[in-house]
Amino acid sequence: MTAAVSLRSVSRHFGPVKAMDKVDLEIVPGEFFAMLGPSGSGKTTCLRVIAGFEQPTSGSIAIFGEDATGVPPYRRNVNTVFQDYALFPHFNVIENVAYSLMLRKVPKPERLRQAGEALELVKLSGYGERRPAQLSGGQRQRVALARAIVNRPSVLLLDEPLGALDLKLRENMQEELKSLQRTLGITFIFVTHDQGEALSMADRVAVFSEGRVMQVGSPEEIYTKPNSRFVADFVGSSNVLPPAFVEGVAGVRRWASLRPEAIRVGPPDVGRPCATMVSRIYLGSSTRLMLDLNGTRLHALVPSGPNVPLQGAQVAVEFDASALHLMEGEG
Amino acid sequence: MSADSANGHVILAQRPGWSGRVSDLFWRRPNLLIVLMLALPVLWLGVVYLGSLLTLLIQSFYSLDDFSGLIIHEFTLKTYAELLRPSNFDIIVRTVVMAALVTFASAIIAFPIAYLAARYLRGKWKALFYLGVMLPLWSSYLVKVYAWKLILAKEGILTWLFGVLHITPVLDAILAVPAIGGNSLSVSYIGTFLVFVYIWLPYMILPTQAALERVPLNLIDASSDLGGRPWQTFRHVILPLALPGIIAGSIFTFSLTLGDYIIPQIVGSSRLFIGQVVYAQQGTAGNIPLAAAFTVVPIVIMGFYLWMAKRQGAFDAL
Repeated sequence: MTAAVSLRSVSRHFGPVKAMDKVDLEIVPGEFFAMLGPSGSGKTTCLRVIAGFEQPTSGSIAIFGEDATGVPPYRRNVNTVFQDYALFPHFNVIENVAYSLMLRKVPKPERLRQAGEALELVKLSGYGERRPAQLSGGQRQRVALARAIVNRPSVLLLDEPLGALDLKLRENMQEELKSLQRTLGITFIFVTHDQGEALSMADRVAVFSEGRVMQVGSPEEIYTKPNSRFVADFVGSSNVLPPAFVEGVAGVRRWASLRPEAIRVGPPDVGRPCATMVSRIYLGSSTRLMLDLNGTRLHALVPSGPNVPLQGAQVAVEFDASALHLMEGEG
Repeated sequence: MSADSANGHVILAQRPGWSGRVSDLFWRRPNLLIVLMLALPVLWLGVVYLGSLLTLLIQSFYSLDDFSGLIIHEFTLKTYAELLRPSNFDIIVRTVVMAALVTFASAIIAFPIAYLAARYLRGKWKALFYLGVMLPLWSSYLVKVYAWKLILAKEGILTWLFGVLHITPVLDAILAVPAIGGNSLSVSYIGTFLVFVYIWLPYMILPTQAALERVPLNLIDASSDLGGRPWQTFRHVILPLALPGIIAGSIFTFSLTLGDYIIPQIVGSSRLFIGQVVYAQQGTAGNIPLAAAFTVVPIVIMGFYLWMAKRQGAFDAL
C-alpha cells in the first residue's frame, strides 16, 4: 500500500540548527498519527515540511506516492489547522470556510452549501455571519477545522490543535476529532507536546527529540516499551533506572524503565526493600509518591485513600521484575 | 516572622512635604493625572486649531464689497458662488486631479518598498530602511524642491541623461503631450507631479509598512495552504489587511497635495493650485472671504473621502 506521507531522510537546517536531522517516516492512509516531542524537537518543522511551508534541506517527501519535494503548499492537497487558528479577520465565518472554494472559483451557491455542510460537521451551523473576533477560542478552532476539511484534503495536519483550549473543552474536542476522523476517513497528522493527548488520540505516535525521530509505534508500545531513556522520560512519568540499580534487581547491567503504577507500597516488612517517603502529590483518584530507595529516586502512583503513607514514613517497595523494561541502545 | 521589617510599622509613613501629598492624591484619583496631562494638548487643539477653523468657516460666509474692497460682515453664500466661476472651478478640479494622481502613484511606488521592509528586513537593515525613508524629511523642503527644479530644467541632469542614452526623442514626445507637457519638465504638470510624489512618498511608505508589519505571517501561510497562489494571497489577504495603512498614507499625500502652495509655484506651468489662490487672496488681494471659501474645499473633499473609505470597509480590518 502506498504511504499517505513518506519522508525519506529529510533534514531541515536553519543555519547551524538542525531542526530536522535525517527523519524517516511512513504514515499509513487513514491513520491518526501523532508527532510528539518537547518544544524545539523538530515536530512542528516536520509538519511544516509536509504542508510545504518549509522545503527540506536534503531528503525527499512523497504524498500518496507522488513526489512533493519542491512543491509549494498551494499545489498540495494537504490542509492545516494552525495552532492559533489563523482565521482571516476581514472575513466572516462562512467566508473563511469557503475561502479555498472561492479561490477555485466554485460558484457561490455551491460553495455556500459546501461551507455550510463543513460548519455542520463541526457543529457550528448558524454561526456563518459572525466575525472570528466574535467567537470563543473553541469556536474559532472549529471554524479552522471546517475551513481545512471543506476541500476534503488527502491529509489533514493539526498543529497543537488543543493547546489553547481549557481542560473541559480539550476533552470534548479530543472525542470530536477522533469521530470526525472516522467519519471523513482522512489521514490526520497532529503535533503535540502533551503525551497524554498523543497516547489517547493517536493510532501511532512518533516521538521527536533534537530533530530526530526516537521511536515510532502504537501508544502501548511507546508507553510500555520505550526504546530509550529519552522516550521513557518524556512519555509518561516513568522511572528511568541506572544500570547499577537494574543489575541488582534483574542481573543485567542495562538502563531500564519502570512505570510508576507498577510499584506497590506497603507497611515495612523484613526481607523487602525499604524506602523513605519524600513527598506526595494528590491527583484525585490517585496519589503520586516520591520515594527514596537507598539513594535512588522512584515515582510511584497508587490509588488515593486512607492507606497512602505519610511524608517521612518508611515503606516497603515491591514490583515485579517483569515490569522492568530493559532499554536497547543504552550501554 | 514579623511584618515590621523596617521600623515596626506595616504601613509606611507618607513622604514629608507636598510631594508626598501629591503622590498619594494622584494614586487615589488617577483621573486627575490624566486630566492634567491632557489639558494642554486639548486646549491647543480646541482653541488654536478648532477655533481658527471655526473663524475661517465664518469668514467664508462673508463677502467682499467689489467697489470699496472692504469685507461685508453679513452672512451670504455669494463667496461660495464665486468658487463655481469657471476660472475658480478649474483651479479646484486641477488641484483635486493632481492630488488623486499623486496619491495613486505614491501608493503604487510605496507598496513594494513597504512590503520589502515589513517582510524581509531585520535588525540593522530595518534601521537603514527607516533612515533611508526619513532622511529626506530632515532636510529643508525648499532645498529639495529647488534641487528638483534644477534636475528637471531644460539644461538639467535629466535632459543630459536622456541625451547620453540617445533617447532625447522620448523626452520630447513626453513634453509634446498637450496640457501636461511644456517647454521643459520643470515648467510642466509632469514636473509638478514628479516633485509632489517625491516629497510626499515617505508619508505613504511609513503607514503602509506599519500596516503590512501587522499582517500575521500565518495568515499568508493559511491562504497558501488553502490553495492560494501568491497573487491570490496578495489580492485576498495581504491587500485588504494593509488597506487601512494605505488609506492612512493616502490621507497624508492627498491632503498635503491639496493644500500645498510652494511646489506648483516653483516647479510647473504657471497655472494655479488651491493653495496658491488661498495664499494670494488672503495676502496681496486681501479677499479673506474667498481665501476662506477656497480653504473649505479641501476640508470638504477630505471629509467626503474619509466617509467613502469607511463605507468601502477600508477600516474593517483595524
